Amino acid sequence: MKVLLRNPTRELEIDGPLTVGALLERLEINRESHLVIENGTLVPADTTLGADAVVEIRSVISGGSAS
Amino acid sequence: MKCRVCRGPAVIDIRRHNANFCAEHFVKLCRDQTAKAIKQFSMLEPGDRVLVAVSGGKDSLAVWDILHELRYDAEGFYVGLGIGEYSDASASYARRFADARGLTLHTEDLLRDHGFDVPHGSRAAKRAPCSACGLSKRHLFDEAARRGGYDAIVTGHNLDDEAAVLMGNVLHWHTDYLGRQAPMLPARDGFPKKAKPLVRLTERETAAYCVLRGIDYLIDECPMAVGNKHLAYKEQLNELERTSPGAKFEFYFRFLSQAQDRFAAAEAERDDVTLQPCERCGAPTNNDFCSFCALTERATRPVPLKLGRKPEEVAP
Repeated sequence: MKVLLRNPTRELEIDGPLTVGALLERLEINRESHLVIENGTLVPADTTLGADAVVEIRSVISGGSAS
Repeated sequence: MKCRVCRGPAVIDIRRHNANFCAEHFVKLCRDQTAKAIKQFSMLEPGDRVLVAVSGGKDSLAVWDILHELRYDAEGFYVGLGIGEYSDASASYARRFADARGLTLHTEDLLRDHGFDVPHGSRAAKRAPCSACGLSKRHLFDEAARRGGYDAIVTGHNLDDEAAVLMGNVLHWHTDYLGRQAPMLPARDGFPKKAKPLVRLTERETAAYCVLRGIDYLIDECPMAVGNKHLAYKEQLNELERTSPGAKFEFYFRFLSQAQDRFAAAEAERDDVTLQPCERCGAPTNNDFCSFCALTERATRPVPLKLGRKPEEVAP
């Protein structure tokens, strides 16, 4: 499957099928600070992503000033 | 996974609630949590005129959208910071959001209206970019609220923001900051009321809200914030959250319920400073000039030319 990551933007090829939870574990990405998006909507941890899936893993952390 | 409310297919799992939600009921959860925060901390009254500090990012657009859905009279205020393409893009997201909903967005631009931008201004004033940026935004939001007669300024600070600030304040025992850290600061001494209605929602939840509501927001991080401590604290807190869901909420809300008032009382005893109008802009300050006018003066001061021989004139 194709996996798009942000900040910095990059693309990975990962063997599927794989659940969302397993994908995040394989990439050592904390699910508390990321969303997984497929076809414009969110997919929860137990969803199985097919070998030809295209997904975005989006970091949700933002903010500069501590004010 | 099934939605806790309707048993339909879930789109998101929220481990701190030990629950999953479909799109419809997750959006409702976000609105309900925002309404609960507004009531819990007496942030807003029905009929209040609200000025939302808008950056084009997920949190400010989410809070503006929710307040609009909750029928508050909420207008937006955007400050152009002059951070290259990042600022250009953030302005576009804010404008598109407002135009699509027929909402009023007021704008101000640091360079156009005050003669400096964050990258050059912070260097000239020898301040960290995030410090110069935060100071400028706070001042301009306050001024816009006073000028426009708004009842409150609303910002998109979420639970992660507040927990990270708390972590920084505790690590350094900034007791004065701890005394002032609250989801709502009442109007005082010429400063307008400030409210943070998203404090019951995590950053992941506000981002999910935007995706599910079709709100297009600026995803890229500010290039000047890379590597700052605030982001590092957030990452550490999310590691705690991963192994102990609900840790961020417990940390922040138990501070509010069990400790904040002690620091606030100590701060109130010390806080006997008399404020006066800034000689330049009229904003309340305990000096002749407010911090923003001092920053502006340093940031726009002409840089003296260093005269000397041209390199080719220097003897080898």
